[in-house]
Amino acid sequence: MDIYLVEAIINGILLGGVLALLALGLNLIFGVVDVVWIAYAEMVMVGMYVIYWLHAYYGWPLPLACLVAVIGVGLLGILVHLLIIQPILGSAPINQLLATGGLLFFLQSFATLLFGTDFRNIGLRMPIIEIGDIFISFSRLIAFCVALAGAVILYFFLSRTHIGTAIRAISQDREIMGLMGVDERKVYVITSAVGGSLAGLAACLLVLQYDVHPFIGLSFGPITFMICVLGGLGNMIGGFVAAFLMSQIISVGGYYFSIELSYVFAFLFFIVLMFIRPQGILAK
Amino acid sequence: MMTIRWPLALLFAVLLLLPLGLQDYLLHMAIQILIWGFVYTGWSVMGRFGQVSLGHGAFLGVGAYTTALLWNNFGLVPWIGIPIGVAFAVLLALVIGYPCFRLKVVGHYFALVTLALSQVVLLSIVAARDITGGSLGMTPNSVGQSSWLALQFTSKMHWYFVALAVWAFGLWVWVKVDRGMGRAAMEAVSEDETAAAAVGINVTREKLRVTVISAAMTAFGGALFGQYQMYLNPETLSGIGVSLQIVFAAIAGGMYSLLGPTVGALLTIALTEGLRIGFGTTLIGAANTIYGILLILFIIFMPRGITGFFGAWTKRRAATAAATT
Repeated sequence: MDIYLVEAIINGILLGGVLALLALGLNLIFGVVDVVWIAYAEMVMVGMYVIYWLHAYYGWPLPLACLVAVIGVGLLGILVHLLIIQPILGSAPINQLLATGGLLFFLQSFATLLFGTDFRNIGLRMPIIEIGDIFISFSRLIAFCVALAGAVILYFFLSRTHIGTAIRAISQDREIMGLMGVDERKVYVITSAVGGSLAGLAACLLVLQYDVHPFIGLSFGPITFMICVLGGLGNMIGGFVAAFLMSQIISVGGYYFSIELSYVFAFLFFIVLMFIRPQGILAK
Repeated sequence: MMTIRWPLALLFAVLLLLPLGLQDYLLHMAIQILIWGFVYTGWSVMGRFGQVSLGHGAFLGVGAYTTALLWNNFGLVPWIGIPIGVAFAVLLALVIGYPCFRLKVVGHYFALVTLALSQVVLLSIVAARDITGGSLGMTPNSVGQSSWLALQFTSKMHWYFVALAVWAFGLWVWVKVDRGMGRAAMEAVSEDETAAAAVGINVTREKLRVTVISAAMTAFGGALFGQYQMYLNPETLSGIGVSLQIVFAAIAGGMYSLLGPTVGALLTIALTEGLRIGFGTTLIGAANTIYGILLILFIIFMPRGITGFFGAWTKRRAATAAATT
């Protein structure tokens, strides 16, 4: 078998882990608050800049910088909810999507204002693992493992804690839960914080592999929404399947054709699947 | 009726005389406002009925690139190239729109499908870099002089009147849609699709009708903008960025009134230019930072846009005046 193809498949799996984590955070907010944060990938960009700043500029140790990014973007998530989403919760759903679109412009250009359009790298060189003739980037492997660990932690948070149960309950029936004594607003804030933290975690993993620049959000933001919708609302397993399907299309398609064309295939795949299975790929 | 027509006639008279007193730079801005005003009006033809498309960048790109590629590679003049480009955009709108409307892909899902479409067009243009120049963009071959046949003008004055005519045509289309029976049908559809279908409205056909009109106008505007700029860039003519820009300008101006989208174009272009002059290039990004904040504020406080906001305000004042006398 073609070893380059094997490499492409493995890279696809590793990419799928990070995409799955991103889709998970977005899915959580989408499922609970019923809002699409179109600026989700831009929040990841903010996290990446925080890490770059603290680590490469101020010389903080990387793990500490990552921790600050996770907490910082989590707080940003709360701010986004309180300042932008909460005032318009009652209006047409599309307005909330558009308001976060305004946030997208804001974050992108604010980053340009602060850092310019240069590509910045935290300057970390990770070893490359060699198995037989196949080369695997260590940073991608770490990203994959951490993303999986993050997903498992989220799973236990949602299934084993009291507040996690409330979050899941609200995503199933928001009217009844209010009557059951669950404070919706509190749950929304916590969900936004968790969703934000997941974006921060994704930032830690992406900053190991990619240069950060103000427009990086555009390169994986759209694909994240597609994965989130393909997986089906509130369906975590579906989100995982969709993430790995899309990452394989991108990775293997990139090997056979070009990276742009592989994204074209991924988006077309999304459009076609929306027509065939609008409830998500794993819907009954 | 008369109350609407007089100010509009006055506006046109002013716009016809306007270029006589403008320098080239201001004329350049006026042309951009008219062309983008036309595109935003095109978007609002479907947007005002709750059909929020984040994919109009796709139609813009198809219109502009088809026209320019046919001209550069086959020497087809824009008079033939633009209709072909518009036809492609309409075809694309039908291919995506028909299954969407048939299978009831609405709201968030419709927005995301159209978003995917605009990315498909953007990435296809970049991927076909051998003929489109990829992300470096492309330049239509210049004939070096003003030519009606090639739709290239060295003087801004020519362009101003071309843009003005197209913009006025856009307003005419908007009014046609506004006054037609289709409007009542589409309003019913935007309120409740199932109920609309139950009273005998062919929901799919009504939606397709406004989508096709909207896509055609957007493609036309894109082709014209490419012709005017004599430079096409995939990032500025397709993809998520310009798609969101279209949506925001139309919403900020007010998509429910005739001149709303044009006010949106005026506002966004004046703001961008004003901030560019104010801050110079040292503060690159400042304009869009303020722009982003304004958009959020608009959606929270003035979801019907500037024209909608002031329209309601004048109506309230008139009502109180009538009540007190």
